[in-house]
Amino acid sequence: MTTIVALLEKNALITAFVVVALILGFSNWLAARLFRGQIHGSAIAITLGLILAYWGGLTAGGSKGLADVSLFSGLGVLGGAMFRDFAIVATAFGAEMDALKRAGWVGALSVVLGVVLSFVIGAVVAIAFGFTDAVSISTIGAGAATYIVGPVTGTALGADSAVIALSVAAGLVKAILVMVATPLVAKRIGLNNPQSALIYGGLMGTTSGVAAGLAATDPKLVPYGAMTATFYTGVGCLLAPSVLYLSVIPLQGLL
Amino acid sequence: MVIYGVGILAACMLAGVILGDLLGQLIGVKANVGGVGIAMLLLIWAVTVSGFNKLLEPPTAAGINFWSAMYIPIVIAMAAKQNVVAAVSSGWLAIVAGVAAVAISFAMIPMLSRLAGKSEDLS
Repeated sequence: MTTIVALLEKNALITAFVVVALILGFSNWLAARLFRGQIHGSAIAITLGLILAYWGGLTAGGSKGLADVSLFSGLGVLGGAMFRDFAIVATAFGAEMDALKRAGWVGALSVVLGVVLSFVIGAVVAIAFGFTDAVSISTIGAGAATYIVGPVTGTALGADSAVIALSVAAGLVKAILVMVATPLVAKRIGLNNPQSALIYGGLMGTTSGVAAGLAATDPKLVPYGAMTATFYTGVGCLLAPSVLYLSVIPLQGLL
Repeated sequence: MVIYGVGILAACMLAGVILGDLLGQLIGVKANVGGVGIAMLLLIWAVTVSGFNKLLEPPTAAGINFWSAMYIPIVIAMAAKQNVVAAVSSGWLAIVAGVAAVAISFAMIPMLSRLAGKSEDLS
């Protein structure tokens, strides 16, 4: 038994292939049997992945969910940013340039709007919870954009490390919620064509959230949503510690 | 050959990531600005516009299609390595901020879609 476990750990990435295949197979079976095709198999698989990540986090105590359990460490490689981005780029094979061009300006607009909107919401929540200094308010606002914009902004502004941790947590909540909620609300928000997918990617901005949300909704929309989402973090890191922070400073006196 | 497809894909990604990083340095940001997005545009350009078309014979295309098909499995692995414990146990501020940001952003999508639709009618 220990030899088998040792071998599985040694071939971590290969083990991860089997694990994901089993999760997806089980999810597709559930989708067909239990949900009668009402819910996408991949939506169930992503939710299952998140539940396993919670279990893994509790068991191993690390920050990488199930990947911190040594038997499943290959998931960290397979699900890491490198393979994720590689697969996202591959989905562009078959995307229509025309659809991108037609919605180009609204895609760009949605990125800027998405960053500002999330920042403002995060800042308002921070104020509601009693923060009164511009640095903390801006860091938490930036975290509501993505869990990368938060710490980048917090570090640039010299925020307290507890506040930076909060901003990462806000971004994580956002990413996970986008993964789970997108297939549930897709119909109501009209997320069924390349244009709305571009807007969705720009407004949500969390690459992992958008990647999983669209995978669970309609994989054909992935390249459009991912396209705008990949610009979001960069724009957020540009705006949050500069223009947006500066606009919070005058508010500080009122609090 | 399959490896040609994988090679084109990989070259596009590397070029995109490098350009995204340069773009970040140019505007003074400590982050990659749209590297993956640029890589996607490069791939679309490579397979449609330029003379690479004949590279798209079935075995070559298979090298790209395989990774495109691996997208969902990779996303599932990604979900399984999220720090869900931190998100769930982070306290109300983080949860309220995250939920509010998602809810309001979702609500904006139909509005922006309508805006985009209208301008298209005009032109």
